[in-house]
Amino acid sequence: MAFVSSGYNPDKPMENRISDIGPRKYDEFYPEVIKNNKGKWLYHDILEPGILVHVAESGDKIYTIRCGGARLMSTSLINEICDIADKHCDGHLRFTTRNNIEFMVDSEDKVKPLKEDLESRKFAGGSYKFPIGGTGAGITNIVHTQGWIHCHTPATDASGPVKAAMDVLFDDFKSMRLPAHLRVSLACCLNMCGAVHCSDIAILGYHRKPPLLDHEYLDKLCEIPLAIAACPTAAIKPSKVEFKGQEVKSVAVKDDRCMFCGNCYTMCPSMPLADKEGDGIVIMAGGKVSNRISAPKFSKVVVAFLPNEAPRWPQTTTVIKNMVDAYASNANKYERLGEWAERIGWERFFDICELDFTHHLIDDFRDPAYYTWRQTTNFKF
Amino acid sequence: MAKHDTPLLDQLESGPWPSFVSDLKQEAEKRAKNEAGHELQIPVDVVDDLLGILELSFKHGKTHWKHGGIVGVFGYGGGVIGRYCDQPELFPGVAHFHTMRIAQPGAKFYTSDYLRQLTDIWDRRGSGITNMHGSTGDIIFIGTTTPQLEEIYYEISHNMNQDLGGSGSNLRTPADCIGQARCEYACYDTQDLCYNLTMEYQDELHRPAFPYKFKFKFDGCPNGCVAAIARSDMSFIGTWKDDIRIDDEAVKAYVGGEFAPNGGAHADGDWGAFDIQKEIIALCPTGCMKYEDGKLEIDNRECTRCMHCINAMPRALRIGKETGCSILCGAKAPILDGAQMGSLVVPFVEVNADDDYQAIKDVIEPLWDWWMEEGKNRERLGETMKRLGFNALLEATGIAPVPQHVQEPRSNPYIFWKEEEVEGGWTRDIDEFRKDHQR
Repeated sequence: MAFVSSGYNPDKPMENRISDIGPRKYDEFYPEVIKNNKGKWLYHDILEPGILVHVAESGDKIYTIRCGGARLMSTSLINEICDIADKHCDGHLRFTTRNNIEFMVDSEDKVKPLKEDLESRKFAGGSYKFPIGGTGAGITNIVHTQGWIHCHTPATDASGPVKAAMDVLFDDFKSMRLPAHLRVSLACCLNMCGAVHCSDIAILGYHRKPPLLDHEYLDKLCEIPLAIAACPTAAIKPSKVEFKGQEVKSVAVKDDRCMFCGNCYTMCPSMPLADKEGDGIVIMAGGKVSNRISAPKFSKVVVAFLPNEAPRWPQTTTVIKNMVDAYASNANKYERLGEWAERIGWERFFDICELDFTHHLIDDFRDPAYYTWRQTTNFKF
Repeated sequence: MAKHDTPLLDQLESGPWPSFVSDLKQEAEKRAKNEAGHELQIPVDVVDDLLGILELSFKHGKTHWKHGGIVGVFGYGGGVIGRYCDQPELFPGVAHFHTMRIAQPGAKFYTSDYLRQLTDIWDRRGSGITNMHGSTGDIIFIGTTTPQLEEIYYEISHNMNQDLGGSGSNLRTPADCIGQARCEYACYDTQDLCYNLTMEYQDELHRPAFPYKFKFKFDGCPNGCVAAIARSDMSFIGTWKDDIRIDDEAVKAYVGGEFAPNGGAHADGDWGAFDIQKEIIALCPTGCMKYEDGKLEIDNRECTRCMHCINAMPRALRIGKETGCSILCGAKAPILDGAQMGSLVVPFVEVNADDDYQAIKDVIEPLWDWWMEEGKNRERLGETMKRLGFNALLEATGIAPVPQHVQEPRSNPYIFWKEEEVEGGWTRDIDEFRKDHQR
């Protein structure tokens, strides 16, 4: 393959350089009906799971078909999405915050052919390319991080557990039987690029072994003071270590103070944490970001650890499915999972969801922990 | 014929949900055939090797990616994340496999023409694998080699009028909800404010000058579809000051069962007929609503704008007309000191495009100055706020304290009085004191 220049001249990087131009302006990409009715929408209805209509003051309507997608996506698939948009939607489409693809048309008669087209497309392996759903009181797409496909700090994969979980939750993607919408998110380590800390159900990768110390290279690859400063529990201290008969500068880790956050590894590649048995999944539940009825809430840890069971993470998906089913049959209409847990009490939540309560679930991390202990005689047996 | 056996990954091809494994395989085949006749600028078998290394991770239960190196494009301190694999002999195609973040347009509206230009560049100069989209909002190009970085940047900037997004200790690419483009709840134009601030602060976005990352997110209403309150150092959440608009006829239509509540969101549940007392009046968190003699009344002064009644009866109730946004600061994910939710700093500010959003910029800039002065290395704004206290933030920004700033007042009296607040100051004479008080 011959190198093809874009026009860039490495000897004169500033020649004709264009910078600081930002993203393309949003309104270049609006469908016509959106351009005409922006800021003048009156109401919307969900016609069936995955299909919405928005009605404007002018009487104009826009019909949206929402499709799930793996956010890890090839250009082949993006080009196919473009073909669909050209065929049905005058070349327009959008993505949602939760990695869904939305195809929009401006009249009802265009909905059916678009829907049929989308449903007919499958991958060679048999899965849908564009499953329709993810609206209303159901489960929409899982937002997630990179995992083993492209990240250096993960404690679990992302695309794999998400595919496995969405296969198990597929009926609730396609329907709206739940008391309220339910958001599932995955972050492959507690850096939480996916910010799963306010999700109804969060799947979180977690390490459980303190960092290994690559003494031979540590001082060569890392700024030791930065590695020490990176530790939130002050578990790392400088240390001189005997290595192959020579004294080398390195660090020592007080293992019982380590909370396995991996921040040291971020600062110092000679302190890897990853481990097949040590790494796995924490399940958190009951968070939300909406201000509806109650304030936004953090998710709480409800299962301290589940192993990484590639390729389909059966224990993780089973716990999630059971929790969703328990919520579906017990919560009140409009009640989010966390609101339900708070109403019935977390002791009852563990009961109904048939989850074991272990000492790991009692907070012992700094001051806020105290406020999570029960400071009343009101509790349920 | 696949380059590597992937027996574990193959098990993720079945089931209804879109299989990323099938998608990667179709991309590997496309590259091998190269029907478009591209002069591929990175190895033809990158996607095969990506599948191979992922299979190895599935087997080992561990990642095979190393820390990023310092790679980027000239003059920018972000937008590119270096990535190398730790098994380059086995998987040479992904030995160097850097990420590029492409700044996404507002609310992620696209045209097929634009996306095809992007995929064309990425097919020739990269792996053909993307994230649509990354967690912060960018289009993510996953996997190219160092020599291609400048070439890709040159092509997107010259041929597509398109820039990179943020990474590192920069302003990260701001993200917004769909807003007024297609939502009746939006209290301000999220796309325009997002775009305006993104353009105003291009320097902060591309050149690291902050203690750590900084995120703006724009939610048009308190429903919070882009999770601004949980995920952004500074969130702009639409709200209103006046009365919820009521259409009495439409309320009757909901009560009469003519309209499905919540836009039909509960259609597959067995919830029985809509009951306005139970589903609206009783669930109002402030108890400021009543429905008597076929008439809905709202005591708007007591309403905290939680959106429940509006969400449940969108055809009958609309947000007020005196709209603007609340600004909350300091949200972040758990690392290091636990997760933080955004704290209310500005209860209400006008969102005024006519003066270039000056009132909002007047909040942002002093806040940044304070954080850049006081923040420690790798300390998020929320952590600086926690360490130095909410009052320090108010002082730095010149914002007056109001009861809306707190959930409840402090329950300890350990007030850090300042000398100028205390009559007579703190300088006293011990001899004067002793005149009245023997040792």
